[in-house]
Amino acid sequence: MEILEILLSASFWAAVVRIASPLIFATMGELICERAGVLNLGIEGIMVVGAFAGWMAVYSGTDLWTGVAVAAVAGMAFGALHALLTVVFGLSQHVVGLGVTLLATSSTYFAYRLALPEVTSPPRIAPFEPLAIPVLSQIPILGPALFAQTALTYLAFAVVAVVAWTLYRTPLGLALRAAGENPAAVAAQGLSVTGLRMGAVIAGSGLMAVGGAFLTMSAFSSFFFEMVNGRGWICIALVVFGAWRPGKALLGALLFAAFDAFQIRLQQTGIGQDLPYQLFLMLPFALSILALVVMSRRASVPAALMIPWRKGER
Amino acid sequence: MRLEPIAAPSALRLLGLPAAALVATILAGSLLALIAGADPLATFGLVVKGAVGSRFALLETLNRATPLIFTGLAVAVAFRARLWNIGAEAQLYLGAVVTVAIGTAGLGLPAAVVLPMMAGGAVIAGALALLVPALLKTRMGVDEVVTTLLLNFIAILFVSYLIEGPMKDPMGMGWPKSERLPDALRLPRMIEGVRLHWGFGLALLLAVGVWIVQTRTTLGLAMRAVGENARAAAFAGIPVNRVIAQTALISGGLAALAGFSEVAGLKGALTRDLSPGFGYTGIIVAMLAALHPLGVVVAGIFVAGVFVGADSMSRAADVPSYIADILLATALLTMVLALMLTRYRIRRD
Repeated sequence: MEILEILLSASFWAAVVRIASPLIFATMGELICERAGVLNLGIEGIMVVGAFAGWMAVYSGTDLWTGVAVAAVAGMAFGALHALLTVVFGLSQHVVGLGVTLLATSSTYFAYRLALPEVTSPPRIAPFEPLAIPVLSQIPILGPALFAQTALTYLAFAVVAVVAWTLYRTPLGLALRAAGENPAAVAAQGLSVTGLRMGAVIAGSGLMAVGGAFLTMSAFSSFFFEMVNGRGWICIALVVFGAWRPGKALLGALLFAAFDAFQIRLQQTGIGQDLPYQLFLMLPFALSILALVVMSRRASVPAALMIPWRKGER
Repeated sequence: MRLEPIAAPSALRLLGLPAAALVATILAGSLLALIAGADPLATFGLVVKGAVGSRFALLETLNRATPLIFTGLAVAVAFRARLWNIGAEAQLYLGAVVTVAIGTAGLGLPAAVVLPMMAGGAVIAGALALLVPALLKTRMGVDEVVTTLLLNFIAILFVSYLIEGPMKDPMGMGWPKSERLPDALRLPRMIEGVRLHWGFGLALLLAVGVWIVQTRTTLGLAMRAVGENARAAAFAGIPVNRVIAQTALISGGLAALAGFSEVAGLKGALTRDLSPGFGYTGIIVAMLAALHPLGVVVAGIFVAGVFVGADSMSRAADVPSYIADILLATALLTMVLALMLTRYRIRRD
């Protein structure tokens, strides 16, 4: 009975879309990288950087959209480092990715401590306010979920459309996908595999950082240590779950967010009181693993993913 | 530009490039100190003094190095066979759980029996914890990087549940921690009067053990072959999947011993902050050691020294201790690049 009540409440579906938003940004970012042939394990740290940079910019006096731009640029800087090491120098994408995550996370915490040395609780900013779209937001259940969100959530959905359109309807997208499937063919066309992959990693990292910024600038209004809390790793699982396709990845993110929103509400019901809360917190991670296992059989992984491209080498 | 393999790298290249990586790391650290408004030389002085400047500092560094050597070995063994074990953190915690569970069970057996049981139980728990992702990898093609990363979060939440629930210390005044191990079941000190427990000795012993396995046994050869080229290894008749499973058992067991050693040697009880990321730092240790088991000992002590030194420095100077993590991440990235450049030459097209 309680479960049905949860599923029929408008606030539940609004929460689903809200929880999905940062995941959508970061999943699209990772998807672009992987379609071009680069696994970006820097995602977790880049989200931390984005969360901090955007929030800090606004706290220092810029407007919210400038903050989003600052977050994106900060993420792109770490993306450029990742791309330099994995694409130009062809180093292990696993090791470099984890290194970038460590570097990005620790640099953020260092900067936070320097910027706010004596604070016990982080200051708040005025975050993005929900933007209700007239008429549409009046639709029962669906209205509040889809048409009374913050501008950043609308942007997240727009990003999916742009990424899908670019990947499948433009020459750039074709070249990018080819760089992840058959880089030799791309090079034979006279295109630069290195350039395409670097561009993908840098652009993708920018999106990951905006996903992080969503947490501090839309979902919450301050920056906390460990607030990203594994979301980056979950997005990597979502890319696999979405079979490297933007639309499916979007569905995956929404499905995942639905489970997450559901477990938060379930904790407050009679069933939730009887079970340890850690069980609920484990659910997102367990679900991600389960999704990986279920999808593994029909995985359509880009053929050249994680294989460095060295010109002239076979 | 392109990269051209070098057939026989010169000694200058082999030594100079890693040294350059260290110099770059130190320069980065100096820059950070300047940003924080401190004198770089004085800052590094304080770090070195805090790490090895006194008998107390040195022992603190060796104690801190102990779990890092275990997790570093775990990562080095796994990475050598291209099994990407990023889950040493989870294996460490599961090892600690089993250590405490056996140690506080009140078996009434002598310590000489129970301590090996604790260590053995920890090893089994850690080994199985990595066997699952390894089997998912070999049987179903599920990427072990993501599964082991996600399992870290699950394991820590599991520990949190245990120490707030079934394993909670009734005498803990509501604090989420497990019961303490009886004194008889604590690892003794290596030398009387010196604050360094036998976990460190065990870590050194295992580093040598891993080195012997890797260089002197068929399994070691097979692990290396699988890591170099799994397809070629399969053609040569090496049972690749079985070797990966065996690697997982060894690697997971080694990481779990970090948990055993921290609980039985140092902390005495299980808490949620037992490991401040020893599992992840193990990756840095292993990479700085170029995956060599004996190098892991040196790298583990070095990394521990940076952490201990930076902690002590940040108490004296106004430089946040996170500088240690930045330095180590920088060292990791520059060292990986330097090691690659010992084998490849950059050519302009």
